[in-house]
Amino acid sequence: MPTEAGAQAPARGSLAYDPRVRAAVYQIVLVLLVTFLIYEAATNAIANLRAAKIASGFGFLEVTSGFDISQTLVPYSAAASTYGDAFLVGLLNTLLVAAIGIVLATVLGFIVGLARLSRNWVVAKLATVYVEVIRNLPLLLQLLFWYNAVLAPLPAPRESLRIYGVTLGAPGMFASLVVLVGLAAAYLLWRATERLARSPLERTLGKIAATIIGVLAGFVLLFRSGLLEATEGGIGFLNNRGLFLPKPLFGEGAWLVPAALAVGLVGAVAFRVWAKRRQEATGEQYPVGLVAFGLIAGLPALAWVATALVAGNPISFEIPQQQRFNLRGGLQVLPEFVALLVGLVTYTAGFIAEVVRAGILAVSRGQTEAAASLGLRPGQILRLVVVPQAMRVIIPPLTSQYLNLTKNSSLAVAIGYPDLVQVFMGTVLNQTGQAVEVVAITMAVYLTISLITSAFMNYYNSRMAIVER
Amino acid sequence: MKRAIATIAVGLAASLFAGAAFAQSTLNNVKQKGFLTCGSNPGLAGFGVPDAQGNWTGLDVDFCRAIAAAIFNDPTKVRFIPLSAKDRFTALQSGEIDVLARNSTWTMSRDTQLGLDFTGINYYDGQGFMVRKKLGVSSAKELNGATVCTQQGTTTELNLADFFRSNNMKYEVVAFATADETFKAYDAGRCDAFTTDASGLYAERLKAANPDEHIVLPEIISKEPLGPVVRHGDNQWADIVRWVHFAMLNAEELGVSKANVDQQLKSENPEIKRLLGTEGKFGEAIGVTNDWAVRIIKHVGNYGEVFERNVGAGSPLKIQRGQNALWTKGGLQYAPPIR
Repeated sequence: MPTEAGAQAPARGSLAYDPRVRAAVYQIVLVLLVTFLIYEAATNAIANLRAAKIASGFGFLEVTSGFDISQTLVPYSAAASTYGDAFLVGLLNTLLVAAIGIVLATVLGFIVGLARLSRNWVVAKLATVYVEVIRNLPLLLQLLFWYNAVLAPLPAPRESLRIYGVTLGAPGMFASLVVLVGLAAAYLLWRATERLARSPLERTLGKIAATIIGVLAGFVLLFRSGLLEATEGGIGFLNNRGLFLPKPLFGEGAWLVPAALAVGLVGAVAFRVWAKRRQEATGEQYPVGLVAFGLIAGLPALAWVATALVAGNPISFEIPQQQRFNLRGGLQVLPEFVALLVGLVTYTAGFIAEVVRAGILAVSRGQTEAAASLGLRPGQILRLVVVPQAMRVIIPPLTSQYLNLTKNSSLAVAIGYPDLVQVFMGTVLNQTGQAVEVVAITMAVYLTISLITSAFMNYYNSRMAIVER
Repeated sequence: MKRAIATIAVGLAASLFAGAAFAQSTLNNVKQKGFLTCGSNPGLAGFGVPDAQGNWTGLDVDFCRAIAAAIFNDPTKVRFIPLSAKDRFTALQSGEIDVLARNSTWTMSRDTQLGLDFTGINYYDGQGFMVRKKLGVSSAKELNGATVCTQQGTTTELNLADFFRSNNMKYEVVAFATADETFKAYDAGRCDAFTTDASGLYAERLKAANPDEHIVLPEIISKEPLGPVVRHGDNQWADIVRWVHFAMLNAEELGVSKANVDQQLKSENPEIKRLLGTEGKFGEAIGVTNDWAVRIIKHVGNYGEVFERNVGAGSPLKIQRGQNALWTKGGLQYAPPIR
C-alpha cells in the first residue's frame, strides 16, 4: 500500500519523509525484531533446559521406542523401531483419517446442503435439524458418543457377527422355473398396465404390483435358486475389536491389475476431454459415465481374469481366523478409527452443508430461470449451471473446513486412536520428556499439512474462478 | 486435553522466559504463597481421589498433607492439581507444582533426563493384569493373542511390550490418555486384559460394573517403586520431601502414632526425642521448625496409619502390607536414622 502511494507522489526533500524509504525501513526493523525474538527465545530455552538438567536435542528420534501401537500402516515393532518410526506411524494415521474424512465429509456435506434447499418439506427440515444439532454440540462430546455407540452394541470376539461370501452355483430346476414365470409375469403386467390402465390410480397400482412380483422373482433367483451360495464360515467378522475383512495377498503378475486400473483412469479422463471437445464442436453427446466405468472397472477385471488364466490367480485373499482371544490375519478396521471417522465426517459435513447452501444461494435466480427456459431439466440445471458458479463461492470456506477436519483429528487422543498427537505428543513426549522438541515438531507438521492443503485448494480455486475474456 | 495444552504452554513459557523461577528456592516460594501445590492422581482410589465434597484422600494425598503440616502446621494448606500420567512431569518441570506425589515409578531415565529427582519410595508396587473370569485364564502367560488396554505415558506401556516380547507372545495394545478411559474401554469389552500397577488393578476393579466378574492374575511382571518427585537442583526442598517420608517411617518403627504423640513427647528414648525435636535441631537443619515431625504425626499420622487408612484394612481396597511393611517386619520400608 505505502509503495503505491509513493509511486503517485514523487519524493522530494529529506529521505526521512520519502514514503518508500520509510516503508522499507519499517519492514527491515520488523524483520530484525522478529528474528531477534526467535533467536533469543531459542537460545534462552536451550540454556534453561541445560540448567534444569533436562535432555535436549533431536537425538531421541534415533532411540528405540519400546512401546507398541495399535494401528500401524508401516512395519513397526516395540523392539526394532525408534521414536522416529513412531512419529511416522502417528503421522500416517493422522493423514489416513484426514484424507478419508475430507472425501466423505465433502460428499455428505453436499448432499445435506442440497437437501436444505430441497422443495420437499420433510427433506429440507430433516437437513436443517441435522445441521443445527451437529453444529451446536462440541466435537469431543460427539466423538465420545460415537465411540460408545460403535463399541457398546457389538459382540465379543467369540460371538462375532459373520459376513458371508458368495460363490456361483448351478440353479435348481424348480427354482429356475419359478423365476422365469415370475419375471415373465412381471414384465407382461407392466406392459399391460401401460396400455390398458384407465386412470392414473390404476396405472400406479399395476406398476407397483409388477414391481413386487419382479423383486420377489429376483430374490428367489439370487438367494433361493442355488445360483449364489454362501461360503462356509464367514469371510469377514464384526465384533468389539473392529471389523475384520479378507486381506488381498498379491502374487506373481498382480502388478498387472493396478497397472490396468491406471491405464483405465487415464483412458477415462482422456475420453472425457475428447467427448467434451466433440460436443463443443458438433453438439454430439457421448455416454461419458458409462465408458469411464467400463474403463476403470472393466480393464482391471479383464487383466485379473487374463492373468488368472495364463499364470494362476494373482490375487488371493487371507481370511481372518478365529483364535483364542481375537481374530488373526486379514484386514482389521479399529473401532477407534471408525468412531473418529464418523465423528469428524458428520461434524464437518454440518459446516460444509452450510457452505454449500450459501454458495448455491449466491447464484442469482435468473441463472436458473435462463437455464430452464433453454429446456434444461432440474438435474442438469444444478449440475451444469448452478454448481459450477456456486463453486467459486464455496471453495475458499471449504478449504478452512478441510483444515479444521485435519486439525480436529487430534481429538483422537480422547478415544485411543493412535494419531500423531496421541502417539507423539502423548507417549513419545512422556517417555522422552523432551516437550519443547516434540511440541515444535508436531506444530511444524500440522502447519505443513495445512499449508499444503491450502496451496492445493488455492490452485483449484484459481482453476474454477471466472475467466475474464 | 485442556490441561495438557495448558501444561505444555506453561512448560514452554516457563522454559523460554522464566529462567529465574528455578533460581528461587521452592521452600521460600511455598511459604510466600502460603500453600503447597501438589500434583495428584485425578482419581485412583487409595492413592489420590477427590470425594463428593471435593476433599482429596489417599496415600499420596496424605503425603502432601504431611509436607504441608511440617511447613505450616496445617495439613489443609495444600492445593491439589489432578494430573494425567502424560502431563505429570511437564507440570513439575515447569514449576506449576512444587511436588509430584502421584504413584510415579522411579526409573533411571526419569531421574536423570527429565531434570527431576525422586526422593524415596512410598509404595513398592509391581505391574499386573486383570481379566474377565469367563475367559478362563489363570496366568498372564496364557494371554498370547490377547488385546490389552493400557494407559499411555506410563512405564506400564513399556513393560507390557517387554513382557510379551520376552515370552514370545503376540498381543494388541490399545492405549488411552487417562486411567479412567482405559478402564472404561476394558469394561466395555474393547480389551481382554487391563494392565497397570497391582494396587491400581484393585482400585480400578471397584469401578467395574460388576467387580466380581474380574480377576487379577497372579503374575507381577515388573518392579514399580512409586515415590514423590521434585525438580532437580533444589537440594533443600528435596531434603524436606525425603525426610518427611523418613519421619513417618521412623515414627511407625518407634511406635509413635497420631494418638500417642503428645505422650511420646515426654519419652526418654533418645531416638524418639530426636524424631520429635525435643533433642537436637534436626528440623531447623532442613529449613522447618524442630517440631516438624510432631506436626506431621499429629495431623496425618505415621506411615502405617496412613497406609491402613487409605489402602489397607481400613479401606475398601484391603491391600496387605506385603513389601510395604517395615523392614523389621519382613518388608522393604526402611528409613535412615535421625541423628
